[in-house]
Amino acid sequence: MTKKIKISINGVSVEIEPGTTILDAALQAGVIIPTLCYHKDLCVAGNCRVCVIEVAGQKRLAVACATPCEEGMEILTNSLKVRNSRKHIIELLLSEHNADCTRCYKNGNCELQYLASEFKIMTQDFIQLAPLKKYTIDMFSPSIVKDDSKCIRCQRCVRTCVELQGVNALTVAHKGDHMKITTFFEKAMSDVVCTNCGQCINHCPTGALVEKNYIEEVWDAIADKTKHVIVQTAPAVRVGLGEELGFEPGTRVTGKMVAALKRLGFDAVMDTDFTADLTIMEEGTELLTRLKKVLVDHDPEVKLPMATSCSPGWIKYIEHMFPNYLDHLSTCKSPQQMFGALAKTYYAKARNLDPDKIVSVSIMPCTAKKFEAARPEMHDSGYRDVDYVLTTRELAIMIKQAGIDFMKLEDMHYDRLMGESTGAGVIFGATGGVMEAALRTAYELVTGREVPFENLNIAPVRGMEGVKEASIIIENPLKEWAFLEGVELKCAVAHGLVNAGKVMEAIRSGQASYHFIEFMACPGGCLGGGGQPIPTSPEIRRKRAEAIYAEDAGMPIRKSHQNPEIIKIYKDFLDHPNSEKSHHLLHTHYTSRERF
Amino acid sequence: MTTSYQLKRVDFIFKNENDWEDVLSKSISKPPQELINELISSELKGRGGAGFPTGLKWKLSSEAVDDTKYVICNADEGEPGTFKDREILSRVPFKVLTAMAVCGHVIGSKEGYIYLRGEYFFLQPELNKAISEFEYYCKEINLDFKIRIFMGSGAYICGEETALFESMEGKRGEPRNKPPYPSSYGYMGKPTVINNVETLAHTFTIFKYGAKRFYDLGVQYSRGSKLFSVSGDTPKPGIYELELGMSLADFVDEFGDGDTKAVQVGGASGFLVPRKRFNETAIGFQGKLTGISLPTGGSMMLFNSSRSMFNVIDNYLEFFREESCGQCTPCRVGCQQLLSGIKAVKRGEKNAQYLDKLMRLAETMQYTAKCGLGQSVANSFSSIVENFREEMIY
Repeated sequence: MTKKIKISINGVSVEIEPGTTILDAALQAGVIIPTLCYHKDLCVAGNCRVCVIEVAGQKRLAVACATPCEEGMEILTNSLKVRNSRKHIIELLLSEHNADCTRCYKNGNCELQYLASEFKIMTQDFIQLAPLKKYTIDMFSPSIVKDDSKCIRCQRCVRTCVELQGVNALTVAHKGDHMKITTFFEKAMSDVVCTNCGQCINHCPTGALVEKNYIEEVWDAIADKTKHVIVQTAPAVRVGLGEELGFEPGTRVTGKMVAALKRLGFDAVMDTDFTADLTIMEEGTELLTRLKKVLVDHDPEVKLPMATSCSPGWIKYIEHMFPNYLDHLSTCKSPQQMFGALAKTYYAKARNLDPDKIVSVSIMPCTAKKFEAARPEMHDSGYRDVDYVLTTRELAIMIKQAGIDFMKLEDMHYDRLMGESTGAGVIFGATGGVMEAALRTAYELVTGREVPFENLNIAPVRGMEGVKEASIIIENPLKEWAFLEGVELKCAVAHGLVNAGKVMEAIRSGQASYHFIEFMACPGGCLGGGGQPIPTSPEIRRKRAEAIYAEDAGMPIRKSHQNPEIIKIYKDFLDHPNSEKSHHLLHTHYTSRERF
Repeated sequence: MTTSYQLKRVDFIFKNENDWEDVLSKSISKPPQELINELISSELKGRGGAGFPTGLKWKLSSEAVDDTKYVICNADEGEPGTFKDREILSRVPFKVLTAMAVCGHVIGSKEGYIYLRGEYFFLQPELNKAISEFEYYCKEINLDFKIRIFMGSGAYICGEETALFESMEGKRGEPRNKPPYPSSYGYMGKPTVINNVETLAHTFTIFKYGAKRFYDLGVQYSRGSKLFSVSGDTPKPGIYELELGMSLADFVDEFGDGDTKAVQVGGASGFLVPRKRFNETAIGFQGKLTGISLPTGGSMMLFNSSRSMFNVIDNYLEFFREESCGQCTPCRVGCQQLLSGIKAVKRGEKNAQYLDKLMRLAETMQYTAKCGLGQSVANSFSSIVENFREEMIY
């Protein structure tokens, strides 16, 4: 227990832990200091200088985010000097910023706009520098639009790309007035290591980084009477969407979301959770097959550990960073793409529709899904499997545009055929969820008994630890799985690509001996995805995770293989997991990519 | 207190002394504390421009507990109008190397680096030769200290100590947040002493002749001598070692061309002093003589009446607009605003009162920029606009 130190903030004395920054100390004392380059997920940069404060006796101002408190410090957060300086800094930022707010995608959710509004910057005293510079808008990526004219050089995106994701697609180049955030050799975002994860979007305070939106295209499709427009919603959307529409973080809005989608005019509203369950069937079977081939047949061609393939950001990451390890990836498509392939085959057949007339839309917490849907191999139905991918944010925009009073909506249910899900499908939205769902099913398939965890809750793979490990010893398996007797199934879960990189390095160096690993590109898994509502923070992600697990706990069926629609699709269409048909529609291959 | 201080030439730094081996072996036979005390009592302050007491700097690093520590010689001499370090390194490199090794002995470091300005690439071969000779001797006396040259790449900002560390670590040269300071968290996160080339050369003098010889030079708060890089409208440009504390009037008497209108003290990031203030301005550190006392990295630029002060500040601001590292708002955008602001006033697009707005902005830049350089970029602007306002407008 260290001794607390005494400081005063605006004349009020407070006791705080030594080492606390002025920003945190002020917060504890109920004083809010405005910030811009500061983000709870990232290291402290201290470069925007918006959080300057005055320390009595010092001529220069200090930044609250980067300065630790010292005994006896007298801090003023609202002195004349502070106010004038802070206003100057905001004015400077605005002078360099393309402040065409009404035409900005982030209008209404922009931290610079908030600051300008708070400090009532009503005049434009300084010379506008933004129009004097030649800026480019990079629209080449199918997922991310980068508009340098709106960049305020806070480097949050750079820190995100480095610290959270370990991708380093975004970097700082040049100096002085030419200093900018750019990519390797200033190439387009589509031509660099960018994984399209969209975390930079989630952390950008302005409109410099936004998703490429397909809202108008979807409206057009809905308006086209010749088209049958169907929509799927990913697990994590239901615990994020509410934040955009007036609910507290962690509010589950599944039923309202379904109702809203129906009101928007979609012809069928179905659930990606259904194909999440299907993924478990396919991937679980693949894992067991691989285990058999390695343990019994000693087939050198078959690689362990097997890695999940649901997260398209992770897929592009491994394609760039560890191209020699693509054999380790499960061949299963992500739930979105499984759904897409089935929508224009299974669903079209069952509903007697011309697949050519089906427009398949997905609502995802993710920007990498936009890239994934556009991959050339994702045409197994004979058409583009998923036509448009919208983020949670884009859906919220559509709901608002349609004038739907979301709060007042009555809950509705998903449509049949591909709308039934289980708790196992829902938890795909949280880090560790795929692992937990897979273990619930695989263990039961092998032993005939439920996983030996209380209430099916596999606690070791839950939570926000960057890399989680778990192992289950298989005892008394069914006869056909006898070779697994006594095998300790070792699993790992990594979320955030920087953690994924650590696990991959451990595999490469031979230190890790896992059988099965779940990788998710985004911190917290899909619930912290790059398409989720902004802002994000560890606290918000924790609340969304609680909501996911609450949704799971409330489901009548919590194991994928018990989903009646899953049982039905295997009976009517796919025969059995990893059948020839499922290989054709539900499995894929990967492409090795260069780093530069 | 008196200002009747005559200009005194000193000859320490470039004095040809071939006894560095003696100074080295004698110094490292002394306990670190004794050497630190010597430095502290000499009142030597950093000669790069900031003027931090050198003895205290060494003391802090010697007290830091770590197996690995570094000694770095900052030879990223980038301030416009400064060219003294180049001369020191080419004429008396052994003084600097010796001082680095003694510093290593004092703080417990086995590794030294010379961060050499990119444009001084031509110094490298000779300097490397000196280093191998030096290290050969170190081996003879069983002193474990290695010195390597790290070439800069031409960024002005990398002269700022923490940006220099970042650059050495292979990262983008951007200043860090302080605290922590280099004495506890420097290069590679290890305790580091980073000194200007000239500062190190002065410590050689102190170790050789004792603190008193050095202390007796100069005036209160500004002890010792200093190299000045004299340039501009002067009949005798060059490098001169002078005692600190002189008045600017005496300096101009000696170096001016008879028509000196103003002197820029301390390079582009320093202050411009107009003729009417020559008498009341002394050159040194924070001393309270009759007037202002200006610290300096040693650059003295003289301007005669044929010079337009608008062009001078325009030139400086162009430099800073380009050489700001670009990370912090006040420096990056501030420099652009000051520059486009004075141009707009000159062209009549903004009225003269806009200069007042810019002056307040300059003040904000001084208060809020992240690093020492960012805090001082507006100095020349403020002092020129204050004293030559009419030249900015008409």
